[in-house]
Amino acid sequence: MQRPYLKVDHVSKSFSRGGKTTEVLSDIQLSIARGEFVAIIGHSGCGKSTLLNLVAGLTPVTTGGILLEEREVASPGPDRAIVFQNHSLLPWLTVYANVRLAVDKVHGKKKSRRERHRWTMHNLELVQMAHAKDKRPAEISGGMKQRVGLARALAMEPKVLLLDEPFGALDALTRAHLQDSVMRIHASLGNTVIMITHDVDEAVLLSDRIVMMTNGPAARIGEVLDVSLPRPRERLELAADPVYVHAREEVLRFLYERHHFVEAA
Amino acid sequence: MWRGTVSAAWSTITTLTRRFLETVVPPLVMLALILFVWQILCGRPGATLPAPSVVWAEAGDLVMQPFFDNGPQDIGLGWRVLVSIERVLYGFGLASIVGILLGALVGQSVYAMRGLDPIFQVLRTVPPLAWLPLALAAFRDSNPSAIFVIFITSIWPIIINTAAGIRNIPQDYRNVASVLRLNPLEFFVRIMVPAAAPYIFTGLRIGIGLAWLAIVAAEMLTGGVGIGFFIWDAWNSSRLPDIIVALAYIGLTGFVLDRLVGMIGSIVTHGTTAS
Repeated sequence: MQRPYLKVDHVSKSFSRGGKTTEVLSDIQLSIARGEFVAIIGHSGCGKSTLLNLVAGLTPVTTGGILLEEREVASPGPDRAIVFQNHSLLPWLTVYANVRLAVDKVHGKKKSRRERHRWTMHNLELVQMAHAKDKRPAEISGGMKQRVGLARALAMEPKVLLLDEPFGALDALTRAHLQDSVMRIHASLGNTVIMITHDVDEAVLLSDRIVMMTNGPAARIGEVLDVSLPRPRERLELAADPVYVHAREEVLRFLYERHHFVEAA
Repeated sequence: MWRGTVSAAWSTITTLTRRFLETVVPPLVMLALILFVWQILCGRPGATLPAPSVVWAEAGDLVMQPFFDNGPQDIGLGWRVLVSIERVLYGFGLASIVGILLGALVGQSVYAMRGLDPIFQVLRTVPPLAWLPLALAAFRDSNPSAIFVIFITSIWPIIINTAAGIRNIPQDYRNVASVLRLNPLEFFVRIMVPAAAPYIFTGLRIGIGLAWLAIVAAEMLTGGVGIGFFIWDAWNSSRLPDIIVALAYIGLTGFVLDRLVGMIGSIVTHGTTAS
């Protein structure tokens, strides 16, 4: 097997508060190949967002290490761009300016002003948001905000794209549209993606592998499921596909039979 | 079709007229009422304060001609107000710059907050005029002393509100900044100031109000040609009607300053509060 692109190596994470230490993640091991789309699924409170923050570098690991292209991840950076659950667009900037800020910061030295403008517009077109470039985040819908957040992340040309429950707060129709957009973009750009989700269908539809986490505290990786469905995938055709149905069952069984949600865990 | 346009224009005119009537007429009615009661109370023989009719008769020229200039101490109240505003702008401008920077420091650093916040909380309760003797001793001149009093009066709400605004910057914005690897200066300009702008402008608005309160008192003591000294001078020469006109000038100017800062704030912070 080739060397992993991103390696999460024996990572644990504990939080201390008032002399009490809680272990949130315990001995996480995960290798992700270049261009792979990995979904991490688990009940809420299992520490999957913490895992993403560790990969992003927003919180430091307690033990173990995270390697991206054999370099240790120590701090946040644009090579690990995140699409946040609550979009995190800067409300005082227009849609264009939000993406442009990232473009200027990441590509400021390499690209001319004209190229940066083109690159900003290119990424807005990629998520079909070029028409709203002069609007402010408050003036567009939740789904549109996530599209802009995605454009901002893509514009950084990250080595790994991190999606933190990006569609969790959206209605089912909007979510389906955005999932299709993500699939289309992943197919054309070949990004390496880690997506946090609690939606079983979303995980099976989008990912090459599904990482299932046990309940916290001290959550571990319970099982890893390969989704060997060919791409491009069509939502409607897949509904009856035996591989799809089987994968869906596997995940559901893991979540609701073996590691069902514990109240106030 | 033209009929539709005309009726639309007509309805715009009627709503504008109604809004005008709703906002302008009630205060005018109340003002007339107050003047009427005042006239009755102070119009009797032996009243200690001048009635509105007396004020108008003796000091009406101050109202009608704000910008006359008959020599060093005989100028219109408009000029005096402008002199006072100039002092306020120096002191308040300085306080804004220093206050926002200090507020950013206190809001951003836990150690700066632990060290400085208690000191600020004590100093901000010192009345403006209590600083004046120290300022006079330090600057040996009345004008910089008055400006210093404005500065020290208006800086506290600016510091405290800026710090509160910066402490309340959502973690999401900080995460965005650290993923983009913004340097401290970029973070200050691109994230901190716009995110805290609503708080900063609240502080500025309180600050300009306090500054205007303090300048009148400071000028009474330091002299010069400001509106504050005018009141003191009028008192010493028993020109009570002049004082009443000056009070109206001060009130209206303070109102305008407050609204001005509020207006700039709402323009600058346009769109920042929505999620």
